[in-house]
Amino acid sequence: MSLPEADTTADFATAIAAGDRAAIAQALNLLDDKRTEARRKATALLAHLQRDQQNPKGQLIGITGPPGAGKSTLSASLIRAWRRRGLRVAVLAVDPSSPISGGALLGDRLRMQTSAEDDGVFVRSLSNRGQYGGLSAEVWPMSIVMLAGFDIVLIETVGVGQREVDVARLCDTTCYVAQPGSGDSVQFLKAGILEVPHILVVNKSDMGAVATRTLSELAAALNRTHPDGDWQVPVLATSAANGTGIEALADALEEHHQLLQSRQQLATRRKGYQAYWLHKRLLEEYGSAGIEKLGGEKQLLAELESQDMNLFKQYEALRQRLYPDIKDTFA
Amino acid sequence: MSQDTVKRDRPWLMRTYSGHSSASASNELYRTNLGRGQTGLSVAFDLPTQTGYDSDHPLAHGEVGKVGVPINHIGDMEALFDQIPLEQMNTSMTINATAPWLLALYVAVAERQGVDPAQLQGTTQNDVLKEYLSRGTYIFPPEPSVRLTTDLIAYTVQNIPRWNPTNICSYHLQEAGATPTQELAYALSTATAILDAVQASGQIPPDRFTDVVGRISFFVNAGIRFVEETCKLRAFSRMWDTLTSERYGVTDPKQRRFRYGVQVNSLGLTESQPENNVQRIVLEMLSVTLSKNARARAIQLPAWNEALGLPRPWDQQWALRMQQVLALETDLLEYGDLLDGSPVVEAKVQELIDGAHEEMARVEAHGGMVACIDNGYIKRELVQSHTRRIRNIESGELQIVGVNCYQESAESPLTAGEESGIMKVDEKAEREQIESLKAFRASRDKDKVEAALQQLRRAADDGSNIMPASIECARAGVTTGEWSEVLRNVFGEYRAPTGIDISPMEHGDSAALEGVRNRVRKTGEELGRPLRLLIGKPGLDGHSNGAEQIAVKGRDAGFEIVYEGIRLTPAQIARAAQEEGVHLIGLSVLSGSHLELVQEIIQELKKIGASGIPLVIGGIIPEEDAKILQAQGLKAVFTPKDVDMNTIMNSMVTIIRDANGLEAAA
Repeated sequence: MSLPEADTTADFATAIAAGDRAAIAQALNLLDDKRTEARRKATALLAHLQRDQQNPKGQLIGITGPPGAGKSTLSASLIRAWRRRGLRVAVLAVDPSSPISGGALLGDRLRMQTSAEDDGVFVRSLSNRGQYGGLSAEVWPMSIVMLAGFDIVLIETVGVGQREVDVARLCDTTCYVAQPGSGDSVQFLKAGILEVPHILVVNKSDMGAVATRTLSELAAALNRTHPDGDWQVPVLATSAANGTGIEALADALEEHHQLLQSRQQLATRRKGYQAYWLHKRLLEEYGSAGIEKLGGEKQLLAELESQDMNLFKQYEALRQRLYPDIKDTFA
Repeated sequence: MSQDTVKRDRPWLMRTYSGHSSASASNELYRTNLGRGQTGLSVAFDLPTQTGYDSDHPLAHGEVGKVGVPINHIGDMEALFDQIPLEQMNTSMTINATAPWLLALYVAVAERQGVDPAQLQGTTQNDVLKEYLSRGTYIFPPEPSVRLTTDLIAYTVQNIPRWNPTNICSYHLQEAGATPTQELAYALSTATAILDAVQASGQIPPDRFTDVVGRISFFVNAGIRFVEETCKLRAFSRMWDTLTSERYGVTDPKQRRFRYGVQVNSLGLTESQPENNVQRIVLEMLSVTLSKNARARAIQLPAWNEALGLPRPWDQQWALRMQQVLALETDLLEYGDLLDGSPVVEAKVQELIDGAHEEMARVEAHGGMVACIDNGYIKRELVQSHTRRIRNIESGELQIVGVNCYQESAESPLTAGEESGIMKVDEKAEREQIESLKAFRASRDKDKVEAALQQLRRAADDGSNIMPASIECARAGVTTGEWSEVLRNVFGEYRAPTGIDISPMEHGDSAALEGVRNRVRKTGEELGRPLRLLIGKPGLDGHSNGAEQIAVKGRDAGFEIVYEGIRLTPAQIARAAQEEGVHLIGLSVLSGSHLELVQEIIQELKKIGASGIPLVIGGIIPEEDAKILQAQGLKAVFTPKDVDMNTIMNSMVTIIRDANGLEAAA
């Protein structure tokens, strides 16, 4: 396979926006590709996709929670509910990589049981590529592509405590799925380790009393108003096995989306995600000394949020500023 | 001592697991086998029948009549037993998720033959729990599956008293990698889970419950370590005796007997120098017959060439003759138990019992058998054991003659010749089966069918025993797909945990693995992103052990593995490959339907503009077919001969490099 090649970048972007599956798959491969030529093409593509940043499309939803809470089966039920509502859904399913080999087993797709006939669902599995508990560098750029072609982009990832901060910083709406009978989530929430989600779910409510208890413990531990504004965090019971509570969860997710839209917050939030992503990448590459040199975290974030968005362009510009002798690969 | 003064024990039931193409072709085969001295029937159903699809369902394509006989309705079942008087027959049916349905058809055919169903004798395997761990022909989630299992048990204990309603299987656990200890522990945990469920269902009066315990039988595997295997069977007998007595209060020793049938190991049968399998099979047969107190009640032996493809009638006859020579010519059946009192055997038996008790306690601590299937505990343990076995073969620690030692061989006359030593399924079989199914559907009384399905739906919903409604469906001409569809709608479908999320093996990594890892990493760098593989099983074949091992090894070699699991349509595989942006697709097929499935996958890939992705396949693929597949564009065919997984990984890297215009070395 040679590098993906559409006639022009504009055609490529149009095909993605039209939901062309082959084009979307190609674009995701391209964004994953670290070769210079690929990066140049990716930058051009993102320029097209991020053009209309004042009117951001889609809803970016993060689903996180401890292993075994039933996130994948819950996601599968949600996908079916969204499809019934006529919404097109893309999923980024993130699994951990092996610290020894760097390889990974990506098995979430199996649990999503997507049909081969439905063109309204697209699943890409991703290894977290060494970002243990967090999200790999590819997640944000890939989300941009998916948002262009789908109504909902779902990022599913394991998180137990402080490490799911990534998903909370990169999504419009974060949904935390707790495991019935485990006190961990309550403890994390009380201790402030758990980033407060927009929606709390106790899945496997078919487990009966155990689930009900966890539900009430979580509700009690939670300050119901979300830190980012007048949003009352709902605590919901679902059972992916019995299919109960799924519609209510879809409603709550939709309601939060409406709220962000009515407040016209989506555009600023999306800029914020990108700024967070850039900051994180630069911090990894150049350490806190590098961030200081760019004016410190606060100033850097403010600066990025005020700029026009083009992910890889911004990234390259900042690297240039740090080390002017670095060859600008995308120029 | 001359033979006429000695009282010989009665030989065990001798069966051959068989069935193929169509009901009438299988009927002919059965009558031939019975004529040759076979004393019971063992029916192999095709995968669509086992997973609840009619022959014309899209998922059935390529699978009809392949690994067994297709049974869609009462007409097929009647043809299968044509001129075979059911009241005289002892029929074993390897059927699980759809067991209540196939038994219902058997009962309905008996009625048509004028036989009182209460007279019927035989066995339904009816052990769905092991299907989640190995073999993969489950349909519904564990809970409703256990309910169907218990319904069948409760029904036969009350209405067909000489029927063996369930054959708890440790056979497939061994195939999935179980050690003898694990086999003991998981089979006995399954038995108690099922018995507890029957008890809890309240369908059996408490004073008749020991009858249920007495009807539980087992289906066991015997591998090549035949001394240990003999000890395992003695351990089984002893543990079952204690368990039935202590847990269920069974006082009659006859009802506490560990009754088992056996199929000896097909996991250890080799494709290289396949004639060696004959001595393997004979030694394995010894392990289940040597000890009189733990002797099998029914034996079926695999054919010597099962690792090559489907056996021919002559190959099956040879397997039957092995049993006859042991039972009739040798003096084995003239003696009491040969091993009683041996301190060596006793110590080994005790060691196995102790280990099994420990593992059973762990299962209990993890919530019991059903919970341990759903949460993946047991599957992970099995994948781990299997991985260990494969690593030991690779390293040469475990010696297999003709495979990893003494590989040189003169050319075998057995595999020469036109058929290359295997059976070819009639290509017309699927088409003819579908035509006859359509004709049958058209000839039915539609109102009667609808009424019977309504009744079935009600029974599924309200929890009443599923058997009477199923028998009514059988009489009315309902099809296998219709029966299953009703229950699918009520119970839902299920995907079992894959168990592949195990930690990398504890012992040090070999230089060979390091070498592959470097190539994987370097090639990923050259192609700009990590190498990704899609591993999946198209069709209905659920034997996923090989695919799981490739997935685990691939992860350890540094690939990102998208594992798609079992029962996938060609369209699903093609789409997943595109969506996931993989560099290579690895398929696994053991059911013999590789030609049809691969062709469809190639077409699907072309249709969605993804035909650049290289395709490889692993499975039981005859050499002749391998050539056809390669001519169609498949990049590699791996068979049981390829035991070195590092070599497999290496060739996949080379294929990826080649497909992307990089030179072979890296």
